[in-house]
Amino acid sequence: MFEQFDFHVIINAMPILWDGMLITLLLAVVAIVGGIVIGTVLALMRLSRFTPFSLVAGSYVNFFRSMPLILVIFWFYFLVPMATGQALGGLSSVLIAFTLFEAAYYCEIIRAGIQSVTRNQINAGLAVGLSYPQTMRYIVLPQAFRNMVPVFLTQAIVLFQDTSLVYVVGLKDFLTAADLVAVRDNRVVELFITAAVVYLAICLAGSLWVKKLQRKYAL
Amino acid sequence: MIAIHNVNKWFDEFQVLKDCSTKVDKGEVVVICGPSGSGKSTLIKCVNGLEPFQEGTITVNGVSVGDKQTNLPELRSHIGMVFQNFELFPHMTVLENIGLGQTKVLGREPSEAEARSMKLLERVGLTDQASKHPAQLSGGQQQRVAIARALAMDPIAMLFDEPTSALDPEMINEVLDVMVELAQEGMTMIVVTHEMGFARKVADRVVFMDEGQIVEDDTTDAFFGTPRSDRAQSFLSKILQH
Ligand SMILES: Nc1ncnc2c1ncn2[C@@H]1O[C@H](COP(=O)(O)OP(=O)(O)O)[C@@H](O)[C@H]1O
Ligand SMILES: [Mg+2]
Repeated sequence: MFEQFDFHVIINAMPILWDGMLITLLLAVVAIVGGIVIGTVLALMRLSRFTPFSLVAGSYVNFFRSMPLILVIFWFYFLVPMATGQALGGLSSVLIAFTLFEAAYYCEIIRAGIQSVTRNQINAGLAVGLSYPQTMRYIVLPQAFRNMVPVFLTQAIVLFQDTSLVYVVGLKDFLTAADLVAVRDNRVVELFITAAVVYLAICLAGSLWVKKLQRKYAL
Repeated sequence: MIAIHNVNKWFDEFQVLKDCSTKVDKGEVVVICGPSGSGKSTLIKCVNGLEPFQEGTITVNGVSVGDKQTNLPELRSHIGMVFQNFELFPHMTVLENIGLGQTKVLGREPSEAEARSMKLLERVGLTDQASKHPAQLSGGQQQRVAIARALAMDPIAMLFDEPTSALDPEMINEVLDVMVELAQEGMTMIVVTHEMGFARKVADRVVFMDEGQIVEDDTTDAFFGTPRSDRAQSFLSKILQH
């Protein structure tokens, strides 16, 4: 099957694949950044001694972690419009669904990261006169994030691959686009191999970038 | 300057401090010793409010530590603390470690803070390590940086929690030398340590703790002359054998 590998097919498919890649990247970036920001807030709430905070954050996490991502997408696409009378549209639905869903996972990663910083480090921060929020900001979170980098990477890669779920609301991410062309042109070999190579390249680039970051900030 | 008055503290059911009272005057150096688990660390952490206590009072310069109205960060910024395991901030350079409290708590300009940090590094003999990270330093060097970090806040008193017990023997003296110098300059100090040579040399008083109680609180000469309690005697004979 490989002797007939036709690069023209891929070149012709470039514009469609690129559009798909933009959706994939947009979704991944928004969900990672939004997920980390909301996840950090949730993690701080979850660790808070103020019980209502920790209860709310804990329920949020448990709730989203029991749901399949695809179901969360369905809610925002189908149910929220029914409740509010206003359609969100495919892209907004998935951006919100992915971000809220990822936030639950990032919350747990960040919580573990925060807990990996010892009580003595917190005491050392407090002892120089930093307030508790300052100690969090300057002492705990920087160390927590540094410890979390490898897990963040794994989570980002999973998310990157999960973006293909958006086909359920009619969006074309990179993989969906490749699949469409493959079926349309009857060129399964070219398209699926290309897709695999692209995923591999991006994940590899991500890993290398993280390694570089770790070297730069590792101690 | 520091007055500890009938302090009782519990961790759940377990009473870790039992009716502890002592005081430290300005310029005084008090050594606290006693078996592991006797509550020494807990007691000095109560002094700067890192540990809450349920009964009794502690005042530092007239400010009541246990009072809910007390601004603890403000109070702590005047009391230096040095930990057994140094607790430098691993993600910051030596200079950043010493500068953090100066800029974020005292509000010094970064340039002013840096100048002060360099002065302190000179004092502890580490100017050439300023841009390194803690992990690149030996234990003795880290502890000297930790002392500089505490001094950078211009503290009115210093608390040391076994500052040399995590160090290799050959590094103990470089840290003790800095502490002796501080003591001789008149710094008010509470030092939890088993370095009896240090105690003899600079301590005004020695406090001996056992099972959460202050069993002995005496002038240094009296303590090393004839400790009154059997427990202190047997403790001393054990650690002086080394
Ligand atoms: N956070 C804590 N929770 C419960 N028990 C503790 C805690 N910290 C210390 N303890 C207990 O309190 C006792 C005194 O501890 P500590 O003050 O560290 O003793 P020392 O410094 O004299 O070795 C020990 O029995 C220890 O196990
Ligand atoms: Mg201790």
